[in-house]
Amino acid sequence: MDRSLTGRIHSLESFGAVDGPGLRYVVFFQGCPLRCAFCHNPDSWDFSGGSEMGVEELVAKILPFRAFYREGGVTLSGGEPLAQPEFAAALLRRLKEEGLHTAVDTAGSVPLDRCRAAVDLADLLLLDIKALDAGLCRTITGQDGAGALALLEYCQKAGKPVWLRHVLVPGLTLDLTRLEELARFLAPYTCIQTMELLPFHQLGAHKWQQLGIPYTLADTKPPLPEEVEAARAVFRAAGMPVR
Amino acid sequence: MSNAIHVRDYIVKHYTPYDGDGSFLAGPTQRTKKLWAELSALLEQERNAPGRVLDADTRIISTITSHEPGYIDRELEQIVGLQTDKPLKRAIMPFGGLRTVEQALEEHGYHLDPEVKKIFRYRKTHNEAVFQVYTPEIRAARSSKLLTGLPDAYGRGRIIGDYRRVALYGVDFLIRQKERAKAQYDAGEMSEDLLRKREEISDQIIALEELKEMAAAYGFDISRPARDTREAIQWLYFAYLGAVKEQNGAAMSLGRVSTFLDIYAQRDLESGRFTEEDIQELVDHFIMKLRIVRFLRIKEYDELYAGDPVWITESLGGMCLDGRHMVTKMTFRFLQTLINLGPAPEPNLTVLWSRDLPENFKRFAADISIRTSAIQYENDDLMRMDLGDDYAIACCVSPMRVGRQMQFFGARANLAKCLLYAINGGVDERTGKQVGPSFAPITGEVLEFDEVWEKFRQMAGYLAGVYVKALYCIHYMHDKYDYERLEMALMDENMLRTTACGIAGLSVVADSLSAIKYAKVRPIRDERGIAVDFEIEGDFPKYGNNDDRVDSLACQVVSLFMDLLRRHIPYRGSVLTQSILTITSNVVYGKNTGTTPDGRAAGVPLAPGANPMHGRDVNGALASLLSVAKIPFQDAQDGISYTFSMCPSALGKGPEDRQRNLIALLDGYMGSSGQHLNVNVLDRETLLDAMDHPEKYPQLTIRVSGYAVNFIKLTREQQLDVISRTFHSAL
Repeated sequence: MDRSLTGRIHSLESFGAVDGPGLRYVVFFQGCPLRCAFCHNPDSWDFSGGSEMGVEELVAKILPFRAFYREGGVTLSGGEPLAQPEFAAALLRRLKEEGLHTAVDTAGSVPLDRCRAAVDLADLLLLDIKALDAGLCRTITGQDGAGALALLEYCQKAGKPVWLRHVLVPGLTLDLTRLEELARFLAPYTCIQTMELLPFHQLGAHKWQQLGIPYTLADTKPPLPEEVEAARAVFRAAGMPVR
Repeated sequence: MSNAIHVRDYIVKHYTPYDGDGSFLAGPTQRTKKLWAELSALLEQERNAPGRVLDADTRIISTITSHEPGYIDRELEQIVGLQTDKPLKRAIMPFGGLRTVEQALEEHGYHLDPEVKKIFRYRKTHNEAVFQVYTPEIRAARSSKLLTGLPDAYGRGRIIGDYRRVALYGVDFLIRQKERAKAQYDAGEMSEDLLRKREEISDQIIALEELKEMAAAYGFDISRPARDTREAIQWLYFAYLGAVKEQNGAAMSLGRVSTFLDIYAQRDLESGRFTEEDIQELVDHFIMKLRIVRFLRIKEYDELYAGDPVWITESLGGMCLDGRHMVTKMTFRFLQTLINLGPAPEPNLTVLWSRDLPENFKRFAADISIRTSAIQYENDDLMRMDLGDDYAIACCVSPMRVGRQMQFFGARANLAKCLLYAINGGVDERTGKQVGPSFAPITGEVLEFDEVWEKFRQMAGYLAGVYVKALYCIHYMHDKYDYERLEMALMDENMLRTTACGIAGLSVVADSLSAIKYAKVRPIRDERGIAVDFEIEGDFPKYGNNDDRVDSLACQVVSLFMDLLRRHIPYRGSVLTQSILTITSNVVYGKNTGTTPDGRAAGVPLAPGANPMHGRDVNGALASLLSVAKIPFQDAQDGISYTFSMCPSALGKGPEDRQRNLIALLDGYMGSSGQHLNVNVLDRETLLDAMDHPEKYPQLTIRVSGYAVNFIKLTREQQLDVISRTFHSAL
């Protein structure tokens, strides 16, 4: 019955090579409760944007490509896919039936009791922790980030594999003390299979302009390769599986 | 007729499949580094020379034995032999057409020796003969560019001599075989066919004798079989060299030699005769020789097929019919030359891809692809069913059984233009001339699909007829006046021949038909009543998005044209096939084609090969791959070319991810019955920078429809075309 559900979809990508293991179909959900300063898809924030699509409609779009996803699968990204929890769960259930590996790319901004079904169905979570410090997190995203930490805790208990992601933004998160603190905090979580450090980039800047939203990072430069390497070293030193 | 020549069986019996990785490979030796440095300096001089021709012979007509031995650096070269007496000096081969040679020389600041001209007062060329027999109908289709690139003034190429035979059997044995074959062409009555065969085999024997003479001038006796790796490579290269001294053919492909050569290498490694370094050195030197094969060509040719290509295609890997894969250490060594000597467009290294190839090799090939963009991939699982396990690719995408099959190359027909002729009643949209049959033009205010399709079917029927007739003329005369004696000497007498037609503009035709069917298309006619522009109201599905509504139209167009071709009688009992391949000629075809009903403006390049039109494949890389994979191979057995370019970052984060994703892409595409994939992994920015600073990128290689070119050797127009094509870069 939940197959008749519809969701709001921002866009689709059949050749996703950077959102989880292997080649993946990426379903970008429309709508996000966060307002991250470095977001490269601000056009996916508005819950009334995008277009409405049904579960079967999406599955029918994905299946023709399955020959390419033998070592990959499907990733629900966004936007915040867990902000449409029933739809996400219905889609994940169908994809599971088809034998496809699934991942959910989330920032954990949706309370767990609203999205637990979807989380349980996903084979893998790509969990983005914006900042450990609640104040900094609020500066970056508008929320305190407690949801992400709770979700991580849940995954640890449930034995759900996590690829943890953290964006390195000069002037915000790219700070060795903060990174060391984050590494110390994350190191005990054995559910984390991979730690991905994502260097901030300006490729989404034009979207802010188009949408007429004030962009505070216009003058921020992407981190230097050696800064990225130093950040990685911090997590490696903490014994984390850095990519 | 029975034949004692069984190269394939020899390979299958003796080769050693290799499952390991590339860790056994050797880097370049000191000698190799030095020789390559010398050659690189020469190549740089060539790039800076006017018209990029370093030197040209103006006096000696090239034959197998025409020139004294030439060397790059005699002390260093482990494999010897040049086309002329100096490296990169281009030879003249006027039997295809004297005027072409004269023009090519003039365009590069040289002048043909009057003595040569005199000879051709008494000797007819292929080109003259073809134009004697061309009908007015053929001439009209040709000069209006409905048919383009026909090999009527240059060597047809796309024939692969089985160069391995020289190494395996020695030339004397091959001569005896040919004598035996000739004796069998003797019957109670004479016939033209029988005499032609007797004459051809006689010429083949003379060519084999000349080949021995050429090798002897370099100090080698190739009358006997090769005894070790060095000799095997040297013998095989001499055979190939003889072919490129005799023929300036469009595509002089090498065949499938690596696994054959590995048998010698394996034996020599085991006996201790050669080390891995020794063998890699021989391979590197062989490849260097292939990299400097040159032909003298006219500028117009360069506009069609840019970057001075020879299409020395070598087919690597693939599966054996007995279930084993055919990857050997030599397969790795050939690819390793792209690392040892850096990337280069030639030889055109082509991996025959199978789902069952060993993982280590897949990873190695993917890695080299990502690093050099110099490899193309063709679907062995698809082709092996028809062609067995000893076929090779000629040119870009044309598979043929080595030594047992050849093709009569047919360049291509411009189907986009044919569609305009259908709408305009056979009148050329650019010149206003009546070229095709004068059917009633379409006069309605809005184009109706059924009417357009019916008219297109009729016009394509006319085109197929004139096309097959033109090719008949060309190849009849090519056999007569510019016969490939040596290549044919290295093939069986009873071979399968195909007449390989081709089409350009597939995506434009499919999208145009889709626009007519799913949107409203209003022709805008000029005062002569010719539709010179089209107003499109509403949206329509576009080829390249895995949308069956339009992809099925593309498939129908391919099958329709093939059916229409099959209604005609091709030359010499050949089998008609077609390819969907343009090489870089899509730019010129576009220039000669008016505005089309899909909204493409007059003069804009057509998409290359079977590619979707630039920027219209908006549903991601895989959707466009699946659209192309639908084109039925049985109706395009001469190959379906698809060029795929993406940014490294779109392929994954690190080298391992990228390799794995490229493998998934290849497995997925081939598993979906795609035939050919060119893979470029490059940043747009690199290409833009290379346009402005070519000196920084002497070896930057990029794959275009079916072959690879030195990016900096493309014309600016072609460079822009390559850059404007969809680069798949997901964020």
